[in-house]
Amino acid sequence: MKIRVLFFARLREQLGSPGEEVDVADGASVAALRAQLSLRSAAWGEALEARNLRIAVNQDMAAVDQVLKAGDEVAFFPPVTGG
Amino acid sequence: MGVRVQEADFDVSAELDALCMGRADVGAVATFVGLVRDVNDGTSVGGMTLEHYPGMTERAIEVIIAEAKTRWNIFDATVIHRVGALKPRDRIVLVAVCGGHRGESFDACEFIMDFLKTRAPFWKKEATPQGERWVEAKTSDDVAAARWDDGKNDKAGQ
Repeated sequence: MKIRVLFFARLREQLGSPGEEVDVADGASVAALRAQLSLRSAAWGEALEARNLRIAVNQDMAAVDQVLKAGDEVAFFPPVTGG
Repeated sequence: MGVRVQEADFDVSAELDALCMGRADVGAVATFVGLVRDVNDGTSVGGMTLEHYPGMTERAIEVIIAEAKTRWNIFDATVIHRVGALKPRDRIVLVAVCGGHRGESFDACEFIMDFLKTRAPFWKKEATPQGERWVEAKTSDDVAAARWDDGKNDKAGQ
């Protein structure tokens, strides 16, 4: 199934990508998606496995065990620093 | 209620007038305005770029305002946050809350600001003499938001 993936701020720069459409297995979790992306290279693995990375699914904060469905929008980003 | 994320500056006075428009029962308007400083963590800052997550950012702020309305007797709130390139002394953020009395308006304004800093997806990148750097999240901001968790500071706990 297809998932829309977004990267923001420092992570977007580290990966050199604002996001893309990714094919994952049906019933995959956020953790499975992240593991799949992390396999691309050492740089992707290091950036995506950062301990303080935040995750949102369909624009709501989410945990890594959340199960995805086709068409979901999954965003990875560093802790927020607005205000 | 109004939530806006925009590159343009805002007129504080005009926003406060709009917030209270048509109401004669407003007794208090509490306002917070955040500005860009020319120094951070001991380094001079020549400017910054603010990035956000279009859609999620606005929704996250709307949720924070809705939560404030359940905790305090306030009438309405306006939050405007700028994005893009900003320089020292520029306004970054406006939080304005109107209500019948000052106590609840002050508290709600501070609550909205504390949660905006920890929940709303914005990221700052500073320009310093050593080059550009992403601003690190501060533990003190988490502590500021966490103090509202015990309910002692809202109307339910009074």
